[in-house]
Amino acid sequence: MAHVKLWESLREATGGQTELEVEARTVKQLLDRLAEDYPDLQPAIDKGLSVSIDGEMHRKAGFQKIPEGAEVVIFPRMAGG
Amino acid sequence: MPLDEKPDATKRAFDVVGTRPLRPDGIDKVTGRAMFGADAFASGMLTGRVLRSPHAHARIRSIDTSKAEALAGVKAIVTAADFEDRDDDLRDVLVNCMARDKALYDGHAVAAVAATTPAVAKQALKLIEVDYEVLPHVIDVEDAMTDDAPILHDNIARDGKPSNIASTCEFGHGDPDKGFAEAEVVVERTFRTEATHQGYIEPHACLASVGPDGHGELWCCTQGNFMVRNTCAQLLGMDFSKLRVTASEIGGGFGGKTTVFLEPVALALSRKANRPVKMTMSREEVFRASGPTASSAIRVKVGLARDGRITAAEAELKYQGGAFPGSPVEMGAMAAFSCYDLENVKTFGYDVVANRPKQAAYRAPGAPMAAFAVESVIEELAEAIGMDPIDLRLKNAAKEGTKSSYGPTYKRIGLVETLEAAKAHPHYSAPLGPNQGRGVACGFWFNFGGETCVSLNVGKDGTVGLSLGTPDIGGSRASMCQIAAEELGIDYDQVYAIVADTAALGFNDVTEGSRVTFSSGLATIEAAREAIKKLCQRAAIMWDIPAEAVIWEDGHARPSGSNAGDFEPLSLKEIAAHSAETGGPIAGHHEINAAGAGPSFATHIVDAEVDPETGACWVTRYTVVQDAGKAIHPSYVEGQFQGGAVQGIGWALNEEYIYGDDGTLQNAGFLDYRIPVASDLPMIDTVIVEVPNPGHPYGVRGVGETSIVPPMAAIANAVSAAAGVRMTSLPMSPPRLLQAIDNSRKQAAE
Repeated sequence: MAHVKLWESLREATGGQTELEVEARTVKQLLDRLAEDYPDLQPAIDKGLSVSIDGEMHRKAGFQKIPEGAEVVIFPRMAGG
Repeated sequence: MPLDEKPDATKRAFDVVGTRPLRPDGIDKVTGRAMFGADAFASGMLTGRVLRSPHAHARIRSIDTSKAEALAGVKAIVTAADFEDRDDDLRDVLVNCMARDKALYDGHAVAAVAATTPAVAKQALKLIEVDYEVLPHVIDVEDAMTDDAPILHDNIARDGKPSNIASTCEFGHGDPDKGFAEAEVVVERTFRTEATHQGYIEPHACLASVGPDGHGELWCCTQGNFMVRNTCAQLLGMDFSKLRVTASEIGGGFGGKTTVFLEPVALALSRKANRPVKMTMSREEVFRASGPTASSAIRVKVGLARDGRITAAEAELKYQGGAFPGSPVEMGAMAAFSCYDLENVKTFGYDVVANRPKQAAYRAPGAPMAAFAVESVIEELAEAIGMDPIDLRLKNAAKEGTKSSYGPTYKRIGLVETLEAAKAHPHYSAPLGPNQGRGVACGFWFNFGGETCVSLNVGKDGTVGLSLGTPDIGGSRASMCQIAAEELGIDYDQVYAIVADTAALGFNDVTEGSRVTFSSGLATIEAAREAIKKLCQRAAIMWDIPAEAVIWEDGHARPSGSNAGDFEPLSLKEIAAHSAETGGPIAGHHEINAAGAGPSFATHIVDAEVDPETGACWVTRYTVVQDAGKAIHPSYVEGQFQGGAVQGIGWALNEEYIYGDDGTLQNAGFLDYRIPVASDLPMIDTVIVEVPNPGHPYGVRGVGETSIVPPMAAIANAVSAAAGVRMTSLPMSPPRLLQAIDNSRKQAAE
């Protein structure tokens, strides 16, 4: 079970929730479950996301393993200069 | 030490890492031998030129190219009709490269010509007839957000009505209202920043060659040749493998070369003409049609208890990113309060389109403007409660275990260490002269990892070649050579690195996000360790003992113990010399989607002097203190620190895109768009703090972007202290500063 924090903008897509407990072993499983439970999240997922797992930043990390009890934070895809 | 074991970066002693060897590209660059984008040449090449819109906003009724096509020497002309329209996330990139139905900004490309000479190409552009219906335009971010603003795109709507607000974003946690109710001092101010250009010296340039068999080659100055390949191939309907892209030396990028402008156009012209086509932007085109950063309007409110504890913080950020969605407001909103440990924090951002060129990344995209606003308010709060501004920041500083304002809990970070080093620096306690003031500000950048691929080849003479896929914009070839030499236990001079073309390596993400020393460094370490395993295997063959009985120490293969046999150690050079007899070439290779990049923090101290009679001001002393995690090549790290400070000085004091009433850019050249020159600058002192990133075996963090985050705030705080008036708009050019001083005097007199 992962503790997932979504960025606040996604509140409207989740009925007001931004902190969720999700059973998932990988980032892809996590995003698939979120999209199943909250279909309005799909556009944000399709746009591309960054994911932090226990404070470690990942981009394009669909099959990245999520440790049990991990803190997962989802925010927009980032770009640098 | 077993090869798979990750050493503790805080205890490791380095031989090559942390030294300051000569840069491998230095002689080529100072002698003119280095090949930049415009230096590419192909036999029979044509000159490509772009026809650009003279209007800020106009519908394109028709384009008639017949007269230009009839001109002797014209070999191809392309317009939007030559690029298949698309509905995916590359559509905006395509339409930015070649306007489709509307010209969305002054300088927007509407057609391009390939001709036998530059003169013919120029003449042909004049013969292309474009029928425009000029439309109302909007330049300012807040004007663009109003209900009656001219609308750029029919498909952007808000609350069911057409809008220039492409999206909004919100971040934070806690209850700011509750926090503000607890506050004893609250400061709320609104700030404005203007669009600025990265100011790279080398204009965009490329040479494209597409043959009749559909295979193409492209040489260009870019921060990401793999990105260019994938983007252009998709825009032109080519297979990735049929387009080979080679990155030239790069005369500055700073984020501005992380996308495409000319490249798809040159390829389309070459395909049509069946000849190589070279295109080079003029400086005017760089300003009008490449990607500056966003302009912004930012409201910040921070509440403080009398003991200096921040009880609540919020910000509303409005960024216009030019004519297409995608301003860096999300990153600005995430970075705004990232330096602080806050219970109650909220940021809200608006991504706004306006009739300006599509913004491109510029060092720490979005963060410097946010830091300007937030750090100005923090300084004002320190004044309000009579607390030293560094002490106020220390009291609220984010540290390991802090829940960041954008969500993740920080691992080990070094903000506190930079603040303490700044406070202890002689600069901070040095006396100030008349009309001088001192400012401090902190800054943060996330730092990224990403897809990276490195090959390391051991030559038979014992030298080592490194093939990297990340264009070198800040010294990465030197750093990677140091890392390879460190791992292999050989001299720096025995390693030589190149940036390989897209056919030679697997995909590499763009050089951006301060990711290369971290990501390519990780891949280089692992590639070197793979090569070491093979070197040990080859030594085992030469000694006729099991491979596991060989270890690698100090650049030599050695028997792991006395029972392994009694052999003289073999150097890399000795093993390489016999490689043909022991199994063939020796190489290491590694590919990775790197994670674990560590955020970097900085604290800057600035002294400024103001002439109250003219509004002129100068930065008289500047000190950058930044956490590098581990400085691989300290001179390059210091150069990044100084470069960020210099660009920040320009952004703070002089640089801005100035538009006329007709929406055309008025200062498209370095004479009128004033970047700092050496005589504008003080010596910039640097302090490298090293708090190792736990996600890297050496402790490396990125350093290239954090250094541009604090300058505008630190300079504004210094200028405000010197002038006796709070400056809230950038640039603080003499007319603006004088106006602020005059207004302040008038208010005091009333």
